Amino acid sequence: MRYVDEYRDAQAAARLAEAIRSRVNRPWTVMEICGGQTHTILKSGLEELLPPEITLVHGPGCPVCVTPVELIDAAVEVASRPGVIFCSFGDMLRVPGSVRSLLEAKARGADVRVVYSPLDAVKLARANPAREVVFFAVGFETTAPANAMAVWQAARQGIGNFSVLVAHVLVPPAIEAILSAPDCRVQGFLAPGHVCTVVGYREYETLAARYRVPIVVTGFEPLDILEGLLMVVSRLEEGRAGVGNQYRRSVQREGNRAAQQIVAEVFELSDRRWRGIGLIPMSGLKLREPYRSFDALARFAAGPAPAEESRECIAGLVLQGLKKPPECPAFAVRCTPESPLGAPMVSSEGACAAYYLYGRREVRG
Amino acid sequence: MCLAVPGRIVSILDEEDSALRRATVDFAGVRREVSLAFTPEAKPGDYVLVHVGFALSVVDEDEAEKIFEELRAMSEIEEPEAGGSP
Repeated sequence: MRYVDEYRDAQAAARLAEAIRSRVNRPWTVMEICGGQTHTILKSGLEELLPPEITLVHGPGCPVCVTPVELIDAAVEVASRPGVIFCSFGDMLRVPGSVRSLLEAKARGADVRVVYSPLDAVKLARANPAREVVFFAVGFETTAPANAMAVWQAARQGIGNFSVLVAHVLVPPAIEAILSAPDCRVQGFLAPGHVCTVVGYREYETLAARYRVPIVVTGFEPLDILEGLLMVVSRLEEGRAGVGNQYRRSVQREGNRAAQQIVAEVFELSDRRWRGIGLIPMSGLKLREPYRSFDALARFAAGPAPAEESRECIAGLVLQGLKKPPECPAFAVRCTPESPLGAPMVSSEGACAAYYLYGRREVRG
Repeated sequence: MCLAVPGRIVSILDEEDSALRRATVDFAGVRREVSLAFTPEAKPGDYVLVHVGFALSVVDEDEAEKIFEELRAMSEIEEPEAGGSP
């Protein structure tokens, strides 16, 4: 596949790794924000190519992982109502709630359906006027324009039996929370390329200047990640903060204006609780007033009620880069993809799933 | 969840309303209908990065080539006697 295969070339990867080795003089800790990048790193064994001075820590960029457990419970509750068709991206189905997951609700008779696009849920609503169709609007800035467009189209077409359960989160407030933590050991970041394709990177320039860190907007293939690391390490060695853009084939500084416009039309900022991390001010999105009638929580007067988490799961520490999955005593023993204690073990972007899937049972180094 | 996959636009289904503009996109043999609401500039033959049914960007081919030019330059510096990379 063009723009994929050539970025997986092993010889080119070795050459970039050599360039990183020749640039490094001191130990550095770099966080990749996005769970998709974490999976590339583990799947391709990129850490084995890197010099021992570089420590990669994995960030909170997994929307499935950070969706608060009370919203999973609310989703399960709404999905279990008679007459409801509950639509979700496939990743959410196995995430444990405090009582059960959406998949378990489906096994008990709830009409839970996996959709590829939020527009598929709008189509389902149009085709089933006697049913209530609810879409679980989860995601970071990358997914927000698509979900906003679904609400906007439903509003314009007068599709009254469509609603969304909104669990949107934003990357910059999470980076800020990590950088302002007293035990922060992250010295540079790989910023998520698809989030920045939508929003651009001006906000990251502000963060980089305020906290004096290098941030490099980076793609998702092995060569992208190695080039992003080379750019971060060069900046660290030279004592330069600021933002670099490795993913220039997709990302422009201003981002995608049309996508930003629809998000601003439908959503506004709100405080948001992150699973395992806690409340981060103004780190989420909620529907703006003219679109509130599409809010599934209001329509079904559902939760979110206080909910119990697994006491043993250390997902919060993993998501903040403070622990790695194999440091959890439950990892691969009492917590597996078949029987998960926490969301990072079941999400396709979860760090625990990546370590489990690619057979990494120990922390590197 | 932020996965976006590059595909080539085969044909565009024009609508009066640009918010409803769609294209047929080929992903290494698999074809799908994709919304062009956020990439009004996209044209047949372009590669677009597609996320949950929406094209988020048109791939910049010149920029995509640069990393390989830089890699070639790197190997020429390392192996001047080799007369180019294999």
